[in-house]
Amino acid sequence: MATHILRRQVSQILSHASPNSNPTSYFSLARPFSSATDTIRATLFPGDGIGPEIAESVKQVFRTAEVPIEWEEHYVGDQVDPRTQSFLTWESLESVRRNRVGLKGPMATPIGKGHRSLNLTLRKELNLYANVRPCYSLPGYKTRYDDVNLITIRENTEGEYSGLEHQVVRGVVESLKIITRQASLRVAEYAFHYAKTHGRERVSAIHKANIMQKTDGLFLKCCREVAEKYPEITYEEVVIDNCCMMLVKNPALFDVLVMPNLYGDIISDLCAGLIGGLGLTPSCNIGEGGIALAEAVHGSAPDIAGKNMANPTALLLSSVSMLRHLNLHDKADRIQEAILSTIAEGKYRTADLGGTSTTTDFTKAICDHL
Amino acid sequence: MATTRRSLFLLRNLIAGKTQTRTVTYMPRPGDGAPRPVTLIPGDGIGPLVTNAVEQVMEAMHAPVYFEKYDVHGDMKRVPQEVLDSIKKNKVCLKGGLRTPMGGGVSSLNMQLRKELDLYASLVNCCNLPGLPTRHEMVDIVVIRENTEGEYSGLEHEVVPGVVESLKVITKFCSERIAKYAFEYAYLNNRKKVTAVHKANIMKLADGLFLESCREVATKYPSIKYNEIIVDNCCMQLVSKPEQFDVMVTPNLYGNLVANTAAGIAGGTGVMPGGNVGAEYAVFEQGASAGNVGKEKIVEQRTANPVALLLSSAMMLRHLQFPSFADRLESAVKRVISEGQYRTKDLGGQSSTQEVVDAVIAKLD
Repeated sequence: MATHILRRQVSQILSHASPNSNPTSYFSLARPFSSATDTIRATLFPGDGIGPEIAESVKQVFRTAEVPIEWEEHYVGDQVDPRTQSFLTWESLESVRRNRVGLKGPMATPIGKGHRSLNLTLRKELNLYANVRPCYSLPGYKTRYDDVNLITIRENTEGEYSGLEHQVVRGVVESLKIITRQASLRVAEYAFHYAKTHGRERVSAIHKANIMQKTDGLFLKCCREVAEKYPEITYEEVVIDNCCMMLVKNPALFDVLVMPNLYGDIISDLCAGLIGGLGLTPSCNIGEGGIALAEAVHGSAPDIAGKNMANPTALLLSSVSMLRHLNLHDKADRIQEAILSTIAEGKYRTADLGGTSTTTDFTKAICDHL
Repeated sequence: MATTRRSLFLLRNLIAGKTQTRTVTYMPRPGDGAPRPVTLIPGDGIGPLVTNAVEQVMEAMHAPVYFEKYDVHGDMKRVPQEVLDSIKKNKVCLKGGLRTPMGGGVSSLNMQLRKELDLYASLVNCCNLPGLPTRHEMVDIVVIRENTEGEYSGLEHEVVPGVVESLKVITKFCSERIAKYAFEYAYLNNRKKVTAVHKANIMKLADGLFLESCREVATKYPSIKYNEIIVDNCCMQLVSKPEQFDVMVTPNLYGNLVANTAAGIAGGTGVMPGGNVGAEYAVFEQGASAGNVGKEKIVEQRTANPVALLLSSAMMLRHLQFPSFADRLESAVKRVISEGQYRTKDLGGQSSTQEVVDAVIAKLD
């Protein structure tokens, strides 16, 4: 039965491969968005809990910075849409597909059966294959690590999270980890392309190929193939236990990290912990055809919802990475500078960073810094 | 039954590696002073250097152990039968790192050894050493990792060209015995909390089975607190607030990552002792697996850090029921580290392996 499910998955992957096998499909995004005068439509999912407040912050900052983006807001419905089998409506997904960029706030997963989880729906429907998390130490917010400046790129569709498990006999469970050439090539291509466009010098592939020789071996082979096409970028391979140890001792050793699903999950959260937690970490999901969905990875914090206490930094930094994807680099740099200098100054900080400001004060301080 | 329980008590207590001031004098059985044989596998890379360090220190202490050396290298296909026979006879082994070739089709010799001898628990004792500056204070974590199954089953195959599958196997039997070991360890070593590390929100059946076994065992130890944490949250917490963890029990792969992360925050893998233990045999080696073999530069310049293997050999001495030798060795090593004069490169110093060994021998009283 496992092979039957696997064959179905393989045919799905191969059918997705044909229309989008051209890896330069995301380069085509550069042309229509290079002129700063056209307004770009982007989908905004404010989310639940503190979502609407921080989305409002983002809109205000963008207005002050005169970023040419027009938001299309969509909310999570309260009924299961039969076309998507989840609470996200078909219209929302179509809007993201049309606009090619989106920003998503924290969404609380409703409990219950009969529907897919929201993140899973987005991932499968939009075919989001890479999760990019830039982690850099925020000057002014002191953690034990001050020199972190790395990007983790994680393969988002297969690997250990395929969800194919079964009980062989009572008391013995098997779980399948699947690595395909096509998905590994895709994410490796994106990683090197990202490194090149953002001026990064080194890409490290993280693996455990000494134990899982065929699976991680295939991942490494694909990375090596792509590395040959980019001779100016240094490529190295690091075993994951070495990587963990080096990250906690000296995070400055790493630049861009590319890895399969499970290791990526753990390492990207570890790096988020190094810089101060999920409340400050931006994240961006890249899909086939150049779709980018930036999101805030923290939870919806229902206990502080509506109290004007939330920290909008994660969503703001995610929107900055969205702007970079759209090649609006000067606007992105200005907004990032403003955020970093506001936090560095230390006068306006929200409660989770140890200060007493409200969300609106913090946002206003950022706007003043622009 | 009572005597086996008491000797098990001593055994487990002493595997913990905790130096305790004894108010009760140790009454040895007759004939206990006879030298005990221990299998020694120098290994690859920095292995021979650091095992040589242990041999020198044992000689200087006149410890009642003698080593039977066997040459095993990482590129051999199987562990030689004579080595396995020797370990089965001696029941205790001390080993340096064995290099595992990448993607070469040869299965790891470390894994083979563990499967053959059924060493199902791997222990890494990560605690701050006094005098060694680290970014995190108050780290005192013991990571107990299931050592035989999980993601490291080695069952992989290519379904069609370009698609590879790897099986992760979790059984109730193995999960139960590692959970039992973890709780027994916590109970016998006066530890207050056991944390199970998992990813059961995604791998519901596999890690779900592991968690079920842990919960069942937890009900039998009401005095020990038990909680569960998802592995990515766990790594984040380890980096920001490590003092909340005490004993952690994990399946195979997560245990590898968590142990190396915990070793890294507590001072580096060059100083953390550890070992693999089964129902009948025990193999002591450097605790965390990263840097086990080391780089060529370290081998050439002979600047490998022997502290981890020295502390593991102290654990081995306790396992062999020579607690006073273990205490002497441990206090000498800790004194050398806290003084800070002789430290190898990974701890921020300039000394070579030999200088550290000489300093330890000088501090033995």
